Amino acid sequence: MPTALNEQALARYRNDFLREVEERVDEGGWVKMCMQCGVCAGSCPFGPHWEHSPQKIFMMIRAGKREEVLASDSMWMCTSCYNCVVRCPRKLPITTIMHGLATYAHRLGLAPKRQPTRDFSVIFWENFTRNGRANEIRLMLRLWFRDGFGAGIRKALAMKEVGLGMLRAKRMSPFEIFGGHGVKDVKGFQAMIRKAQEIEDRKRGFSK
Amino acid sequence: MAEMKTAAYVCQGCGLGERLSTQQLAQVAQKEGKMALVREHPFLCSAAGVQAIRDDIEKDGVTHIAIAACSRRAKTEAFHFPAVAMSRANLREGVIWSQPDTEAARETTQEMADDYVRMACAEVKKMKAPAGNPEAARNTRLLVVGGGISGMTAALEASKAGYPVTLVEKTAALGGWAAKLWKRTPAREPFQAPAETGVAAMIEAVRADPNIEVRLSSTIARTSGAPGRFSVAIATESGGAATEDFGAIVQASGFSLYDASKLPELGFGKSPNVVDQAGLERLAREAAAGNAPIRRPSDDGEVKTVVFVQCAGQRDATGEHLPYCSGHCCATSIKQAMYFKDANPAVDTVVLYTDLRVPGNGEDFYRSGQSKGVVFTKGAVSAVEPAGNACSVRFRDLILDEDATIENADLVVLATGQVPNSGVDIEKVAQNEPGEWQPDANSVLNLVYRQGKDLPLLRHGFSDSHFICFPYETRRTGIYAAGPVRRPMDIAQAVEDATGAALKAIQAAENAALGRAAHPRSGDLSFPIVRLDGCTQCKRCTVECPFGAIDEDEKRYPVFNESRCRRCGTCMGACPVRVISFENYSVDTVGAQLKAVDVPDEFSEKPRILVLACENDAYPALDMAGMARRTYSAFVRIIPVRCLGSVNTIWVSDALNSGYDGVMLMGCKHGDDYQCHFVKGSELANYRMSKIDDTLKQMALETERVATYEVAITDIERAPRLIDEYAAKIAEIGMSPLKGFA
Amino acid sequence: MANKDYAFYPGCTSHYRGSASNYLVSVESMCRTLDVKLTQIPDWNCCGASVSYAGSGELARHVINARNFALAEQHLPGRDVVATCAACWLNARESKEQLDASAGLLADTNEALKEAGLRYQGIASVRHMVEVLIEDLGYEELGRHVVKPLEGVKFAGYVGCQTNRPFGIAGESFENPVYLDKLVETVGGQAVADYDQKVTCCGGALAVSEPEKSQAQIKDIVESAYDHGADMIVTPCPLCQANVEIYQADVNQRYGTKFNMPVTYYSQLMTVAYGGSAEEAALDGQIIRATRLEEIAATPGKR
Ligand code: SF4
Ligand code: SF4
Ligand code: SF4
Ligand code: SF4
Ligand code: SF4
Repeated sequence: MPTALNEQALARYRNDFLREVEERVDEGGWVKMCMQCGVCAGSCPFGPHWEHSPQKIFMMIRAGKREEVLASDSMWMCTSCYNCVVRCPRKLPITTIMHGLATYAHRLGLAPKRQPTRDFSVIFWENFTRNGRANEIRLMLRLWFRDGFGAGIRKALAMKEVGLGMLRAKRMSPFEIFGGHGVKDVKGFQAMIRKAQEIEDRKRGFSK
Repeated sequence: MAEMKTAAYVCQGCGLGERLSTQQLAQVAQKEGKMALVREHPFLCSAAGVQAIRDDIEKDGVTHIAIAACSRRAKTEAFHFPAVAMSRANLREGVIWSQPDTEAARETTQEMADDYVRMACAEVKKMKAPAGNPEAARNTRLLVVGGGISGMTAALEASKAGYPVTLVEKTAALGGWAAKLWKRTPAREPFQAPAETGVAAMIEAVRADPNIEVRLSSTIARTSGAPGRFSVAIATESGGAATEDFGAIVQASGFSLYDASKLPELGFGKSPNVVDQAGLERLAREAAAGNAPIRRPSDDGEVKTVVFVQCAGQRDATGEHLPYCSGHCCATSIKQAMYFKDANPAVDTVVLYTDLRVPGNGEDFYRSGQSKGVVFTKGAVSAVEPAGNACSVRFRDLILDEDATIENADLVVLATGQVPNSGVDIEKVAQNEPGEWQPDANSVLNLVYRQGKDLPLLRHGFSDSHFICFPYETRRTGIYAAGPVRRPMDIAQAVEDATGAALKAIQAAENAALGRAAHPRSGDLSFPIVRLDGCTQCKRCTVECPFGAIDEDEKRYPVFNESRCRRCGTCMGACPVRVISFENYSVDTVGAQLKAVDVPDEFSEKPRILVLACENDAYPALDMAGMARRTYSAFVRIIPVRCLGSVNTIWVSDALNSGYDGVMLMGCKHGDDYQCHFVKGSELANYRMSKIDDTLKQMALETERVATYEVAITDIERAPRLIDEYAAKIAEIGMSPLKGFA
Repeated sequence: MANKDYAFYPGCTSHYRGSASNYLVSVESMCRTLDVKLTQIPDWNCCGASVSYAGSGELARHVINARNFALAEQHLPGRDVVATCAACWLNARESKEQLDASAGLLADTNEALKEAGLRYQGIASVRHMVEVLIEDLGYEELGRHVVKPLEGVKFAGYVGCQTNRPFGIAGESFENPVYLDKLVETVGGQAVADYDQKVTCCGGALAVSEPEKSQAQIKDIVESAYDHGADMIVTPCPLCQANVEIYQADVNQRYGTKFNMPVTYYSQLMTVAYGGSAEEAALDGQIIRATRLEEIAATPGKR
């Protein structure tokens, strides 16, 4: 599915990546309003670690650098701290756009492979949509074991102290592994999400 | 008024009676000031106090009065006696409010007050009530030079106020630059789309106005005279010229676009697809006339990509092109990008800027451009390379920090700047000698003034106008610059500018009719009087007058044009033989004051420091310091001067010879960003004082004994501090050795 | 006064034996004293947290939040929805603002909600517990119940991100909010006035996926608390609490520091100051024990 989508998008937009972002990315219509002041770039806690600040990402979109933007791991470095949002003189919902771009890149299959936050994001979504609430233990286990069984054991051992501390502090329950808490109307919950995604796909041109 | 009858009034109100012995002051006025009549009054500015003075004038024939009360800047309405000569001893702001109210300070405070009374008495005896300008003339017709937006606005505004106008336009049509635009940047809410220029309606209004007479294809061949009686020869293309009289002039001669052919690296001249902003307006108007989209000039092809290059030949640090920002061109490019976007959103428009400058509500317009999809890229353009019907625009992307190219641009628009049409630079083009005057084809006004044919320039060729305080005031009284000849600006600013200039022109004409000065001494009836038999024809006054008020006759004697004069006294300060004076302000009025001060001997430990303070800034600052009860040294004696330019060096040497220990001069900031109300006065004073060191050395005095300061009206804290610091410096170098010799 | 009823949205981490269960326990104790009644929204679901975006998409994110509002409107009409978790509050409020602003979005949302037999009418408003304390009760009322002022204990008030930005509490500054310091002072503690890491990001959910980068942040946050002589850190956010407390051991390993700084919730401070036991304040839920608070809780106070 991602490949077909990708080609369709390419054919449809050719060189107007900005317009593509406007139509398909959450709050993408704001990208053109950035005045390139750089306040966001200077506000980002993980700023030193990513290749492209929000300012640059927005400039790259305007410059039509589709592949570089979607393959960038920068959007995945956003911690949702909202520093940029409260400081942006143009009031761009930067956090949402960053998440939106990440989501879009993920859907097109262009996001960087094995990017830890990307994996975590997907695992988290799957984790809580399974029964309506997040299950912390299963979440951790899946995350640790995403690199294979051996790596998972190593990671689990490394985190053993933390886990035991949590257990001792009664902030973790081993029984959560077997199901755990959730909403009662799981069926309705899941149907509702399916419907929401269906509507959005239709509106954004991902499906008919 | 043949005989002088003097009177002094000492006020006891506002705490003066408590802090000072007014009885002693009255005695000083009588014995030392030799005033014929001396009165103390508990509340001099009250109706009763004022009436007492008026009675003395009317019934007793008093002709000269010295009022010892508050600052000359206070109670001006109460103490308004135009028929007599009047001096004011500043005992309130200048003494009791600026001295500590302590027992220890009592003696020096009283001494200060005594001196100010001596000074006021000495001053008034040297004064005369001004009789008024004999040259006064009333002519309310205004001349407006330039038929663009600025000129038409000035004409319409003057006409609305009831003043007839002659509007002279060099070309065959009204409208100027604005008439060449398809649309203008919006001047009204919501600042979102290009707006109609409104030029046609404005031309119509000018045409229909019976108060406005339009002369097309005409230029100014000669301008002489002064406010109230300008005599102007208007030449037509056919060679005819008619001379007419005007009360005042508005110069709205506009700008020319910087010559884009000086920018070959940006492709101008290499392809018709590279245009300047005026070129794009032409394309837009042609397209609109044919009700079609703008086409590519080279082959009439479809336009899909347009690139705007900002600051083309502007804000240039190399010295090759314009160094300044024209201010309007960013918004103009946004507007032009909208021409395309509004017609067809599919057209790509890219604005390449290094800084986007959209002052005022331009920010809203910028956002509107962004929301319409105009792409803004921070980039420095290095080259525009036309090839066939397309252009490649090479630039450095300053955000992504990489070299980039936009290929296949169908149109490239260069945002070039405004070059003022300010005529000839009088610093470079000398005026003809008297009797040999010829018009200059490059001049706008062709003034016969001795200093030159056009308005003096400040920077980058723009006409000098007092940009901080009085933006329309040029250095030629009664001639007001408006619009882009004064500084770069857009239509909205030009309209505002021209309105202001028209009103100033009206004011100037009316003041001239009353024989009164224009700003900043508006209302002053005095004027410079020269005793020609003493004149050495040194030309200093003619050259140094900041306002070109003085011409030369054929025998090289100065000819004063009272209505062109601002009463700054710079000529008086300049004259080496001291033959220039005003009835109420002269070398003597100030000289008598500084000599009236009681200078204690060398062993008294009471130095005396003379402060000559500009009446526009430094003196009010000191008054306000008093109001705020900021204290300063009791050893200073402050004399207000019209401008530091009026300070004649004789005052300084007289003061030092009389045993003063130091002289402080406080005037306005000078230089390119001057604040001097008389533009050049403080600069000239500074220059003159720089020469005084030699004199001091001859007198065997330390050079520190004369010091010049720049003081602004806001220096309420700083001015007293400067005084105290200077007093400390004098204490350090010791008392003057010249005491007791005078 | 008091006696206020709210539709409570505890969020995934707060439930029994979740990573923020100590938050829940202490909030319940605190609310008992303040006579604030919290009724859980029946069958509430996860808000999506800040990191699940890749899987969800925009509309689904709003729909899951709208489901909680719809349930609150249906079962607890007329009550404000109150969240204790910063992320829950932020997500819920963001969705609410978007839904209230766009009729189209609301229609799409309700179309999806229909699948679960629900409908959001746009009535319920969303609050954070701290807003309830400050805006509905006020500092004075909060102070009235103090029986054991936390005298001599110095707290670094770590506000973090999501209770602060983008919405803020009680209109305070984003760069230097002071409500937490004021809460500390209300219960008699001493607030570090110039705690410079007050609003620094702890890495949030990325503490899991980008541990190194997050721990660099956490190091700054704890270090500055030490530099200012704090006895412990106090925070309103469960993610901040967990990250800053749990990872101190890792930070120590990575940077050779010897951090052992307790990280508590405002609700724990208030419970203790209101005379509650260590258990009621869930102090046994700390991984780094808050000894100073435990001591105060253990002293007999007039109740
Ligand atoms: S919200 Fe994301 S993009 Fe914005 S400053 Fe925080 S981490 Fe950076
Ligand atoms: S702070 Fe806002 S306007 Fe400034 S660069 Fe970032 S997104 Fe653009
Ligand atoms: S207005 Fe803009 S384009 Fe014009 S000179 Fe200034 S910065 Fe350059
Ligand atoms: S120097 Fe001043 S006072 Fe003298 S003529 Fe010129 S304007 Fe008048
Ligand atoms: S400065 Fe004095 S001496 Fe010189 S030309 Fe003028 S009036 Fe004559």
